[in-house]
This record gives sequence, C-alpha cells and structure tokens, in this order.
Amino acid sequence: MSTPARSIFDLSLFVLLVSAAIFAVVFSLLSYAVLKFRKQGLHGSHEPAQVYGSTQLELAWTVIPVLIVVVLFLATARVIASIQNAVRPASAIEVTVIGHQFWWEYRYPAFSVVTANELHIPVSDPAHPTPTFLTLLSADTDHSFWVPRLAGKTDLIPNHPNSMWIDPAEPGLYLGQCAQYCGTQHAKMLLRVYVQTRAEFDRWVQEQSQPAHLDDTVSDGRRIFERTACVNCHAVAGTAAIGRFGPDLTHLMSRYTIASGAASNTPENLRRWVKDPSIFKPGSKMPAMGLTDPDLTAVTAYLETLR
Amino acid sequence: MSTPSVNMPGVTMPAGDIGWDLPARGTVAMYCLIAAETAIFAIFVVAYIFYIGKSTSGPQPKDVLKLPVFNTICLLSSSLTIHFAVAQQRRGNLRSFALLWFLTFALGAIFLGGTALEWRHLIQDEGLTIQTNLFGTTYYSLVGLHAFHVMAGLLALGAVSIFSLLGYVKQEHFERTEVLSLYWHFVDAVWVVVFTVVYIIGR
Amino acid sequence: MASESIAWPAPEAASRPLVDALHQWVATVDHKRLGILYIVYALFFLVIGGVEALVMRIQLIRPQNDFVSPEVFNRMFTMHGTTMIFFVAMPIMFGFANYLVPLMIGARDMAFPRLNAFAFWMTAFGGLLLYYSFVGGDGLYGAGSAPDVGWFAYAPLTSRTFSPGHSTDFWTLSLLISGIGSIGTAINIIATIVCLRCPGMDLGKMPLLVWLNLVMAGLVILAVSPLTAAQIMLLIDRYLGAHFFDTQAGGSAVIWMHFFWVFGHPEVYVLVIPAFGFASEIIPVFSRKAIFGYPVMVAATICIAFIGMSVWAHHMFTVGLGSGANTFFVLATMAIAVPTGIKIFNWLATMWGGHIHFEAPMLFCVAFLFQFLIAGLTGVMLSVAPFNWQLGNSYFVVAHFHYVIVGGILFTLFGAFYYWFPKMSGRMYNGPLAKLHFWLFLIGFHLTFDFMHVPGLLGMPRRIYTYEPGRGWDIWNLIVSIGVVFQAVGILVFVGNLLWSLVRGKLAGSDPWDAWTLEWSTNSPPPAYNFAAIPDVKSRRPLWDLKHPEDPDWRYE
Repeated sequence: MSTPARSIFDLSLFVLLVSAAIFAVVFSLLSYAVLKFRKQGLHGSHEPAQVYGSTQLELAWTVIPVLIVVVLFLATARVIASIQNAVRPASAIEVTVIGHQFWWEYRYPAFSVVTANELHIPVSDPAHPTPTFLTLLSADTDHSFWVPRLAGKTDLIPNHPNSMWIDPAEPGLYLGQCAQYCGTQHAKMLLRVYVQTRAEFDRWVQEQSQPAHLDDTVSDGRRIFERTACVNCHAVAGTAAIGRFGPDLTHLMSRYTIASGAASNTPENLRRWVKDPSIFKPGSKMPAMGLTDPDLTAVTAYLETLR
Repeated sequence: MSTPSVNMPGVTMPAGDIGWDLPARGTVAMYCLIAAETAIFAIFVVAYIFYIGKSTSGPQPKDVLKLPVFNTICLLSSSLTIHFAVAQQRRGNLRSFALLWFLTFALGAIFLGGTALEWRHLIQDEGLTIQTNLFGTTYYSLVGLHAFHVMAGLLALGAVSIFSLLGYVKQEHFERTEVLSLYWHFVDAVWVVVFTVVYIIGR
Repeated sequence: MASESIAWPAPEAASRPLVDALHQWVATVDHKRLGILYIVYALFFLVIGGVEALVMRIQLIRPQNDFVSPEVFNRMFTMHGTTMIFFVAMPIMFGFANYLVPLMIGARDMAFPRLNAFAFWMTAFGGLLLYYSFVGGDGLYGAGSAPDVGWFAYAPLTSRTFSPGHSTDFWTLSLLISGIGSIGTAINIIATIVCLRCPGMDLGKMPLLVWLNLVMAGLVILAVSPLTAAQIMLLIDRYLGAHFFDTQAGGSAVIWMHFFWVFGHPEVYVLVIPAFGFASEIIPVFSRKAIFGYPVMVAATICIAFIGMSVWAHHMFTVGLGSGANTFFVLATMAIAVPTGIKIFNWLATMWGGHIHFEAPMLFCVAFLFQFLIAGLTGVMLSVAPFNWQLGNSYFVVAHFHYVIVGGILFTLFGAFYYWFPKMSGRMYNGPLAKLHFWLFLIGFHLTFDFMHVPGLLGMPRRIYTYEPGRGWDIWNLIVSIGVVFQAVGILVFVGNLLWSLVRGKLAGSDPWDAWTLEWSTNSPPPAYNFAAIPDVKSRRPLWDLKHPEDPDWRYE
C-alpha cells in the first residue's frame, strides 16, 4: 500500500473502533429500555413516575462525548498534517495531471513525456523513498483523482491547482476512477495506475519520449488522419498532428485500454471506437467522423503502428 | 412595544388586560425579513471582497471609481427624515409627517438617480460593464442589488405618500409606517457597508 | 384553562358543487388547510422522487446495465435529489408546522394567513416549473430537458459552456421561486410563535415541537438566503455574461461550493430539527412520561443550529482548502455530535421507567432512535477528514445521508402521520395495516441502506450510471436494489391506509392518545377557528394538569 492510504486506513480502524464502542453502549441501553419498559394493555391504568430531568446525567452525557471528540480530533489532526504538509523530497517523481471531460492527461515535466489515461510510476522503497507528487489541474469542469489503494481522493478544479502524493511499495495495477461528477460520461473516466520497478519505469519513460513510430505501409491511413479533423484534437509527436483537446496518441498502442479504460485496446475495439465513440461512451466529446469503411480500416491500421 | 389588538387577525384579544404582552407581528416579521436580506447581501459582499484584485484585465476600481459623497449624504439623510416623519405621525402632526415622508422619498430617488448617472459614466466613458471583468461583475451586482432594494423601498414609500395625500394615513397607523422605516434604515445600513467595501477598501 | 369549551358540533355539511369545494381549497388562507395542501403536495412528489430512485436502482442492479442511457440517469439523480429535498422534505415540514404550531400555542391561525397561502403557491409553482423541464427543457436550442448537473449544481459544469440549453435554468429558477416561498413561511412561523402564544405560554412552556420549529425557521432565514444569492449569481453568469464562477476569467469554482454548502449544510438541520420535534412529542406520550430534560433539549437544539452554520466545508474536504481549514472543519463537525448525542440520551431517559405502548407512531420513533444513532456515527466517521478523502463522494456518503433522511426523518414523519392523522381527519387509521407498513419499510430500508455502505468502502463513487464487473460491487448493488421493492410496497400500504381510513376509519374523538398538548383539547378535525375560547396555560402539559389536578406539572417545572 501507499503511505497516505495506509495512514488513512489505520486512522479509520481507530475511528471504527470508537464508533463501534459508542454504538454498542447506546444500542444496549436503547434495547434494554424498549424491552424492559414496554407495557401491554390499554392506557387508563396509573401513569408512571414523572421525571423531568437530572443535572448530573446531563453533565455526564455531555462531558464524556466531549472527551471522545477531543481524542478523535487530535488523532485526525495528526494524520491531516502528515499527509497534507508532507515535504517533497528531491527524489520525487513529478507528474502533472490534467482532468478533461472524460479522460486524464499526464505530463512528466522532468522527462518531457505527455501521455493519457494510464499513469506509470515507479515503486517507492520505504528505505529510500521515491514518491510521486501529482499536481492536479483541470481543463474544463471539476474532476477528482481517486485510487483508493494509493491515497484518498483529491479534486481537480479549474483555476485551483491541487497537489497530492503517493508512494506505493508494491508493483502492480491500481484501479480507480473520477470521483466528482463531471458530465455525461463521468462514470467511464477510469483510472489505471501502473506501479513498476524502477528499471521498468525508466524503460517506459524512454519509450514514451520517442517521437511516433514511422511506418510507410500505413501512409494512407496517416494521410487520412492528418487531413480530417483528427489533428484538431490529437497529437502524434513528430508529425503534423499537434491537437491538445484529446489524448496524445503518440504511443497509443503502449496502453492496455482505450477511451480512458472504457474498452480494452484491441484492433476490433479501436476500429469500433474510431467509427463511433458512442458505442463505448455515449456523450464522449469525440465525434463520429463518418469515415467510409476503407478509410476506417486505413486509419485504424495507422493507429496500430503508434507503439 | 405591543398592541394586542393588532396581533390577532380580525379578533380583538383582551390579553392586554392580564398583562400578556407579546411583540407586534409586523415588527417581528420585518426583522426576520431584514435578517434574510442581510444574509443575501453578505454573500454578495463576500464575493466582492474575495475578487478584489483578481480581475485579469479591464478597468480597475482605483482607475474608475469616484467616491459618491453626495449620493451617500442624500441616502443617509433620508434615514433621519423618515425617523422624524414617524415621530411626527406619532404626535399627530400629520402634515409634518407627510412632508418629511415625501422628503425621504425624494432623497431616495436622488440617490437612485445618482447611481444611474454613475453607471452611465462607467459604461459609456470607462467601458466597464458586468461582462468586462471580475470587478465589473461584482461591482454591478452588489451595487445593483442594493439599488434594487432602494427601488422596492421607494415603491412602498411612494404608496404611503399617495395614501397620505389622499388623507388615509392617520396617527394610529404609526406602527405600520414604523415597520416600513425599519426596512428603510436597513437599506441605508447596507449602503454604509457597500460604500465601505466598494469605495474605500476595494479601491 | 378552558379546554372544556370544545367547539359546537359541526352541522351536517350540505352537499356542495365540486367547484365550490375546490375553490375553498385553492383560495384558502386557513393554516390547517394550507398545512394539508403542503403535505399532500409533498406526498405526491415523494412518489415521483421514489420512481426516479427506482429507475436508478434498476439501472444499477447489475454492472454495465443499459436500462437507461447515461443522459437519463444523470437527470434522474439530479431530479431525485432536488425533488426530495425541496419539494418533499421541506414542504412536508412546513405543512406540519403550519398545521400544528397555531394549535399547539392556542392561536387561531398563523400570524400572516395570506402570506401563508402565497408562500405555499410559490413553492407549488416551483415544483411544477422544475418538472416542466422534462417537457419544455429543450427550449430554443434542442439541447435541454430536465437538469442533469446534480442537486448541488457545481460550477463550472453549470456554465453555458458545459450546460447549454435551459435545463440548468429550470433548476435555478424553480428553486429560487420556492426559496422565496420558504423564506415567507419561515417569517410567518417566527412571527406566529413570537407574537401569538396564548396567555401563560411563555417561551419556556411551549411544546418542544414549537421550539424546534422556531429554530428551524430561523435556520431557513439564514440558510436559504445564501442559496438565493448564489442562484442570482449563476443566472447573471449565464445570461448577462458575468464571471462569478467563470474560471476562464479568473473566477472561482470553489466559491460556488462555499456558497452552496453554507446553505446546504444548515439545510439538513432544517429538515432534521422538525423531525426531532415529532419524536419529542410522540415518545413522551407513548412512554406516558414527560420529556426528560426540556431545557437541555432546547439548548442543545440551539447549539446544533449555531454550530451547524459553521461546518459547511466538511462537504469540501477533498477540494484542497489546506490543512488548516480542513482541521477547523473537522473540529466543528465533531463538535455537533455532542448536542446531537445529548438529545438521543434525553429521549432514552424519557422512555426509561415509562410505560411504553407500541402503537404505530411509537414504532416509527423507536426505529428512528436506533437508525439516527447509526447515521450520526457514520457522520462522525465522515467528519474525520482523511477518512473522508476515501469515503467522500462515494456510496458511503449516499448511504449516510439517506440513513439520516430516510431512517431518521422519514421514519419520524411516518410516526407523525399516524399520530396526527386522527386529529386532522377525525378518524383512526387501520392499526394492523400501519404495522405492516412499518415492518415492510423497516426491512426494505435496512436492506437498501445498511448494505449501501459497503460499495462505498470498496471504492464505488456516486453519480455513475454504470460500473464495471470485477470491482467487488455487484452483489451489494443487487441487494440494495432489492430493498427498494419492500420500501415501495410499504409506501403503497401507507397511502392505501390513509385513503381508506379517511373514508372508513373509526371516529377518533378529540384525544385518542390521551395526550397533553393543546391540539388534543379541540375537535378532530378542529373547527376553522381552532378553539372556542383562547386557552390559558400554566405548564408545558396543559392537558396533563387538567387530567391530574392533584399532581399538575406546574408544581414541578
């Protein structure tokens, strides 16, 4: 697990314990009262003794909750500080996350890498931490970055940069999704975080920093891609396509999924997506370009060379 | 201050005889209305203060705003005149009441006119509209909201003026005009806040 | 006290043309009729809001379902939330307040009967305007229909850029209009309670329900106004090109959140405090004991109201306000748990040593106690900001607030319905059917909302029209959706019982529960003038004093 997620988990166990204890006590008292003092039969018999109040009792059940609140508050304040006021070490990886309707843009300023939808970060050895610090921005409305096993969620709000950090100790795939309603396809703005060993991560960065793979056999498809409106939204490094509205496609085939996790990255799915995005994500901002079947085949073939 | 006969809709309650004195409903209701309006204005004031200095372009307050001294004097004096008007009505001097009440109305109208002139200058000469920048947005909405409340007040004041000209307003109605004067004092108090925030702090 | 002077027997109502009867209802300024209008209006929208919930739960019953499109689903959760808060919960509380407060303070009507009618019709119009959006939302752009921005309508999603067409405007305008109605009613309630109490009923002798409605009305005045202001700002942004929430011009999306939640949080106290009022009247009568700790109950409620105005940003823990602000709002939110807990203990102490009778009103109020305890505890969990960073905006939050609103507020509302139905209609409801309603609804409520906490803990966010299999959420969503069926049947039994009993119920008499507050001293239903003579009271339980002249309350208070 990652430190923020870990400290939240530990705190939550404590809070659950306290809540369970309070619940047990009050539940027992309520149940006892309800069972012991129930009366069969009609009204009309004598009324019970009327008790109007008791100062000692009121004091007792004021002071004890106040004490519980103080304890809970102090425990909470400590964790808030440890997560939100953490110092960024020099070894930290910096990633800028930009939320879009309905996809994630990732920029690694130190490596000049721009990618989308699948975040790769290196594992962090607790002995020599290499956490990843995320700067969270938004290009349109509010979003929220939530991968529960890594950290609590932090929102991406336009004109209000946020930051958070994660330091997973185990490699693997961590899943999450956007957690702030952002429009029609909020539900399919999925998060996939690939935590890799340092060597794997460095290799990934290396590959991502290369310009697009050039393959003459798909020049037809590339020409169609660059002549239709695709280039208004998409970028392919080293070509004429420099659009930033949609995901960067330079290394599209290095991703396991397309449409921000809505479908797996297979040739069939890719073709269906390009033909009509609403098949996976109705309401997605990518329009169906109305390509003819031969054009569609050509473009898909081109995209499949973008490794 | 309470008048049992005013409280019950249509029914006179002898409660005053046994010393059961509760406040007058009109006064209580007006205080509640003032509380609600205060909350609304507070939000607009908070927005104004929050956005001070944050406009990314366009005219800034210190470049285009001039202290509306004359307007302010008119509006604040109108609080005095309305106070004296009601005092006169209580004593039964209905003519003084009518005069002072109308003077209140006139001072309020002058204030509105002054605001209109200020806005015309800002729009035509300085190019500042509600769309221009954050300053334009917050300025026109806050001052505009206040002016809207002045207008509503003037409608009520004007109605009373007409009724008094026609001879319908008598000494025993002072409690109702007093309730209206509460509203008018509120409008003036809001102006003090708006003036301070917009023309002093914000410039 | 002149409680013996119950009204003249009502003359036989001559059969009247339907138009006359309708006109009486439409033109009425009588607080009892307006109260019933509010309540019936709210029940109607309860059913509609329930249908919207049903649609959502069918869509979510299994992963990747396609019962409705994402556009329709997003409208469903927006309309469900907006309807339930503004056109069910608020009107129903105003309805009960309107009906009961004048009767309980020995008055003939509210302070401003015509304002009362005006406020009701404003609220009613607001609701109709909101639902007109389904039909007329398309407007001139062909891009509309019902609002789909969520019931808290965060900026900049609500700007013209991201919400073209008029759907957002229906949200804004309908709430603006009904907000004016709400403020009008609140002013009326305060003026009534402050100015129209019968002789002898000083503030320390009012029934708790009256006190709590006074506090609620004060909160409405202070809380609904910020929403009104924010909505005016939104309209100015959308139609006059202003930049209040325009992030491209340097505006702030966060400030909308602040303004909304400054309304939104006190709003939940507006809803729950009258529910506390119902419990505070029903539990004593069915335990045959006076409420325990009356002054503390009043003080605790005022505390809740005050503190409740300073906790709003616990809805914004994930927004990035900074550790200082987050810490403050944690403390303030946890602090509210103290007076709230005090109230639970006082209700417990009321039952303790009493003779508890489990009629339908009491069944619902006892369930309320258990459920509100749980809801409060999940609220404390959510107040722990780091825990909130995981649980916020997830189904855990949805489960928490439904636990409060359904498990807390709606349960006491059912209790209130059964308790005062005899007074309002003159007839008793069917007892066994009421118990059936209770058990059905209890089972359904727990099936749905107990298990709803789990997907939240497992990472399921809210406001998603579908989800992937394999996240571990499937079985829980299935159980949650099944619970809805029980609740729906329970509601049908409830409505059926009310309707049947209106016509065929046993005559109730003026005081079927052997209760102690003034409304039980007059006829059922009360005559238009409420009391033949304005009563004179000496204690908090005037009827107890009459029934127990050897041991009246005023000796002990």
